[in-house]
Amino acid sequence: MIALLSLISLRIILPLIITLMAVYIVLRLLGRHKISHWPAWVILLAAALFPVWVTATSTAIVRFTEGIGPVSGMNDNFPWGIWIGFDMMVGVALAAGGFVTAGLVHVFNIKQFHGMLRAAILTAFLGYLLVVGGLIFDLGRPYRIWHPLVYWQHHSVMFELGWCVSMYTTVLALEFSPMVLEKLPFKWPLKIIKFLTPVFVILGITLSTLHQSSLGSLYVLMPEKLHPLWWTPALPVLFFISAVAVGPAMVTVENLISGKLAHHKPNTKILSKLGGLSGAVLAVYLALRLADLTSRSAWSYAFEPTLIAFSFWLEILLGAVVPIILLGIPRLQFKLSNIATVAGLIVGGVVLNRLNVAIFGMLTYTGPAYAPTLRELSVTITLVSLGVATFALAVRYLAVFPTHTEEQPQLKPTWSDTRLKSRPVEASPVRNITVSVEE
Amino acid sequence: MTVNNVSKLHSRRIFLKTMGLSALALSMGQAIEAAAAEESPNETDVEQFGWLIDLTRCADCGACMQACKEENNLPPTVSAPPELTFNTWTFVETIEVPTTLGKGAVYSVKRQCMHCLEPACASACPVAALHQTPEGAVVYDVSLCMGCRYCMLACPFDIPHFEWNEGLTPVIGKCLLCPNRRVDGLKPACVDICPTGTLEFGSRERMLAIARARLEANPDRYVNHIYGEHEVGGTGVLYLSGIPFEKLGFRTDLTTEPLPELTWNIMTRIPAVAVGMTVGMSGIAAITHRRGKDKTEHQQQGAVGIATPGEASPSESSVEE
Repeated sequence: MIALLSLISLRIILPLIITLMAVYIVLRLLGRHKISHWPAWVILLAAALFPVWVTATSTAIVRFTEGIGPVSGMNDNFPWGIWIGFDMMVGVALAAGGFVTAGLVHVFNIKQFHGMLRAAILTAFLGYLLVVGGLIFDLGRPYRIWHPLVYWQHHSVMFELGWCVSMYTTVLALEFSPMVLEKLPFKWPLKIIKFLTPVFVILGITLSTLHQSSLGSLYVLMPEKLHPLWWTPALPVLFFISAVAVGPAMVTVENLISGKLAHHKPNTKILSKLGGLSGAVLAVYLALRLADLTSRSAWSYAFEPTLIAFSFWLEILLGAVVPIILLGIPRLQFKLSNIATVAGLIVGGVVLNRLNVAIFGMLTYTGPAYAPTLRELSVTITLVSLGVATFALAVRYLAVFPTHTEEQPQLKPTWSDTRLKSRPVEASPVRNITVSVEE
Repeated sequence: MTVNNVSKLHSRRIFLKTMGLSALALSMGQAIEAAAAEESPNETDVEQFGWLIDLTRCADCGACMQACKEENNLPPTVSAPPELTFNTWTFVETIEVPTTLGKGAVYSVKRQCMHCLEPACASACPVAALHQTPEGAVVYDVSLCMGCRYCMLACPFDIPHFEWNEGLTPVIGKCLLCPNRRVDGLKPACVDICPTGTLEFGSRERMLAIARARLEANPDRYVNHIYGEHEVGGTGVLYLSGIPFEKLGFRTDLTTEPLPELTWNIMTRIPAVAVGMTVGMSGIAAITHRRGKDKTEHQQQGAVGIATPGEASPSESSVEE
């Protein structure tokens, strides 16, 4: 009886209290802790996610006391689950927007994209913090996460990944730091960082090149395990190019969503340029991918009536071919709906590609050895919502979007008045679309 | 061992050469040179060990598993039938091979680490927790391991196993070739106890010679294949069998090339890619900023702040309306 009580308190009540406190702190900081001021969809979303957050907190307790086995679907036949396959592989790929945008602005000197840079850097920084968060759950001994930095084994891809990811996270922190430093009363740290920014940007690009590709190199070691539709010695090259392609697409998605929430109209001209960039890189990627499949004569696997072949076609057609076609139609170039669709498809395609490599393509070797548990999923969802919450907090307190800096004096958005405003403002994108259809 | 070392030294030389090209990686190169110097005294005249497992002689007594458990202080196995786990490093698997006549013959297969000559697990390990001894045993240093489990994925034989039910100090478990016995020159515990002569231990050259002699003397008793002679570049453990290996659950579709070379070929290019990318991007930045200076002079105050695109955006999007 006592054992049961302690179990309940440890696994349910304690996580409940911790989660409630965390949620309250975030809402308090956002200045939106009065539930009566919330729009309906936020209440619904929070109600749906709250049990997930509690589960994740409970999972943390169980995982660090009883091990990874009891909380996850991972086992000796399938040692890497979604904490690596999604949090790490997808997280790093989607954070590519940071180095690509930084490169466009600071290296290629395209000033147009400057307004998106801060959001892109912040998202990338949060993305990498989430990767580290996932690793803390996934590593058997997370307190030794620094070991690769000290105990070298230069033959290991994982060693190189450890170095690059930790260094790049530091670089991202430095690239992000001006948003905080500019709030300080003394400006000398800001001046130093601004002076060094080009160095950080170029270092960031180099480090990203290395570890974006290394995530693919990890799987080059397993020609006997990974499905032949994905295993290729060219995996690092494909991973890098697809990361460059998904970077601008991800920045577009961020921009559209945050624009929708903050009710400022997206700049279709700049977004369509980003889309074009994405599409051009994606075309190179697709060509390489198809050439690689042909050179390894792996096409026969694509025409087998299997789920994995279906997943392959989904990835290639929806994730690459369709977006390239949509981008190729000049009439649709500045249409917001098209920009959003293309960006969404590219992001979805890269997500599926990473999952195909890390999870589905490996399942063909192991058989049905793994399915993520609810606890595993809850951790991933919670890490993502933590990232979103931090992003919202950063937008509230820091000058993430350029327009916000200008408006800040009168900008005190409580959700009650956005609810009043919401009808006309939300109508505007719709009006946009109908106008362009009439054209 | 010699072939193995030559190729390793060779690859190390290539690595260092590439490293030498890059000023960025100079310090890294020095550390690796130091590491190489440290390794060399061990590589005197220790012979690569070999370990012959003649499956046709196995009587499925299970003594090897017991001896392994006792020697390595592992708890007795709880699962029946036993399987490889983080604390069961070897066991005898009973496999029924079905025939067309109905009930098939039963075969016993001792499962354990193959101790590859060029182990994928050791090349995958980021901290060298898994590494090779001079005689070719793949051993594990728990004080370095961070539990990333990449070794488990890397191993073509799925040998390393993880302690899933341990919160903060899980370990990777696999056969370590009884290091305490090897220090005294003794054979592994399971080899010592095997009553049927299934297991034999010595230099790899000698084991291969014995295996070939048996294949030649009794061609009817064996399939003409020494499993482990060439698989993934050769393994320390060698199997002989009376029936085709794929029927006993052995992977016969493995490459004969060492797996670590696959990623090593990529790793050697990293210094060049790093330097190329840094120099290339710096060059592009230098060009774009020089050319763009005159043009963007008038919007200089905008370029310093972040307001430029924000100012530009309403007018640009209104064009569309």
